[in-house]
Amino acid sequence: MSYTVIVFVKQVPDTQNITGDAMKPDGTVNRSALPAIFNPEDLNALELALQLKDRYGAKVVVGTMGPPNAAEVLRSSLYRGADECVLLTDRSFAGADTLATSYALSCCANKIGKFDLILCGRQAIDGDTAQVGPQLAEKLKIPQICYIEEVIKLDKKKVVAKRAIEGGYEILESPLPALMTVIDSNVPRPQAARKIMKYKNARTRSELAKDHANANYTDAEQLAVEEDALKQKGLLIYEWSAEDVKADKGRTGLAGSPTKVKNIMSVVLTATDTKKIEPSEEGIKNLVHELIDDHTLG
Amino acid sequence: MSEKIGNVWIFIEQEGGAIADVSLELVCKGRELAKRLGVKTEAVLLGDNVGKCVDTLYHYGCDTVFLAEDKRLEPFTVLPYAKVLIDLIKEHKPNILLFGATLKGRELGPRVASEKLAGLTADCTDLQIDDFDDKVNKQFYKNKLMQIRPAFGGNIIATIVNTWDDPQMVTVREGVMKMDEPDKTRKGTLVKVTPKLSNDDVIVKVIERVREEKEVNLKGAQVIVAGGYGVGSKENFKLIYALAEALGGEVGASRAAVDAGWIDHDHQVGQTGVTVRPKLYIACGISGSIQHRAGMDDSKKIIAINTDPDAPIFSVAHYGIVGELNDVIPKMIKAYKAKV
Repeated sequence: MSYTVIVFVKQVPDTQNITGDAMKPDGTVNRSALPAIFNPEDLNALELALQLKDRYGAKVVVGTMGPPNAAEVLRSSLYRGADECVLLTDRSFAGADTLATSYALSCCANKIGKFDLILCGRQAIDGDTAQVGPQLAEKLKIPQICYIEEVIKLDKKKVVAKRAIEGGYEILESPLPALMTVIDSNVPRPQAARKIMKYKNARTRSELAKDHANANYTDAEQLAVEEDALKQKGLLIYEWSAEDVKADKGRTGLAGSPTKVKNIMSVVLTATDTKKIEPSEEGIKNLVHELIDDHTLG
Repeated sequence: MSEKIGNVWIFIEQEGGAIADVSLELVCKGRELAKRLGVKTEAVLLGDNVGKCVDTLYHYGCDTVFLAEDKRLEPFTVLPYAKVLIDLIKEHKPNILLFGATLKGRELGPRVASEKLAGLTADCTDLQIDDFDDKVNKQFYKNKLMQIRPAFGGNIIATIVNTWDDPQMVTVREGVMKMDEPDKTRKGTLVKVTPKLSNDDVIVKVIERVREEKEVNLKGAQVIVAGGYGVGSKENFKLIYALAEALGGEVGASRAAVDAGWIDHDHQVGQTGVTVRPKLYIACGISGSIQHRAGMDDSKKIIAINTDPDAPIFSVAHYGIVGELNDVIPKMIKAYKAKV
């Protein structure tokens, strides 16, 4: 018997390596200046899923919600060992806060069907909220275990896992299905050359259509045939819209988001009167003396 | 609209009957918000045998304490806590609910918000009451909670408003809000709550639990010497420790240094770590992202040492030293030892 493990991942702008032109003069974010990457802790979640596949046998399905080019992180998942991928994409998903995101993902999980575990990274580096995992668990009415370091045991009924708590760890046992959020506690495997060869032609329907457009070839029937052919070869990345997953559009995207952004200010560094200290013996000695004299240092 | 607005609630986090500092900080902030709105400050305290915490909560400014005690609420697990909290919210309809952005708060808050279909804003660095004129949806909201937080890698500061169901929910990191002095003459009202828990709420079992109290006390330190990515290696962090030891301070770190594995997360200062206000903060090889600055820019005196003269950390520093740590730190230790 094999398990079904869903991993939800996100393509994020690389906020950890922000360069000078990341902000436009009007204070908005220049997304094109930031490279899009696989959210780091989602790679840890994928790695954990692949370890479960190695240990117990599992079908690993990777899903992401995002614009069409988020298919990149899905191909990257296939290169590492994922079995199937789903791109959840629809204009109506745009502008979603964490609640609307978790709702859309819950619809996606329901369409995937029966699953034993859902794994997510603890948080994404573009928002650092860590909210989507627990909210998705609640939407699906399944238990959540957050901050997972490793899975100790998995059987048909339950999962036993070790997770971080403040100042230590806990070992928890939860019935299946359950959702786990994973922290940076394993080393994600690299993309495998053999898998890259196999999956480099994996495509979503939109990508396929785009390839056709480039070839000046737009026969819908032909497209359906080719999509089917890709599917037979295991190279089709499923592409689902809000309608496909039966999502209520009043609950997705901006419309489904209870939190509204009132205003955004770009960060303006307020200049403090910084006293420049020369890194010489004399300069540093004077600084230390000044701090002792004004009782900053005892 | 004449409907009376709900009170300000604080979820009280406790471990073995000791209240988390962040909860008391939030009681103090909650009291300020409640005063502004003309409502009460109320605490929700869950656990087993935690009644002794109640007076402390009054002293810090709670008008009411909702106390739910049950063996199944100890140790903390998210499902029964969420159940009790949601039942209480449905019954009493608070206007605002504050959580510490701790590991517990960050798994409990979203679970509760999702069921209540309420918005939740993580890691707020400031909270205010103001009106919100939502021009896009042509709605005007009076006296809403302004949830202010850095976003997008700290390059912007966003003010966020929850426009759906109450309560307006946020999480706040430890040390971000100031703790006021307790007033031991203050009294309040205790409301005992009987948790309505079913077997479905306790399906996740704790098999083993190991924890130790934090070894570092950054919040209480007068002097903090903090290292960042510019320290370069775990080995080089010895320099940071040497300076901290010489000055009688604690060692802090930026997220980059923690992520690099050079030092434990307990030492992390900033939005995703601890917020500190020492007499002296020495930032060594820290570039100074807004998340880091948010955690230390209230320090009385800040010295920044960095090889990059354009590092943002210099913008909040009182003293800037452009130079190599390997050169500057030994000189500082020498100068200090010679003087005292």
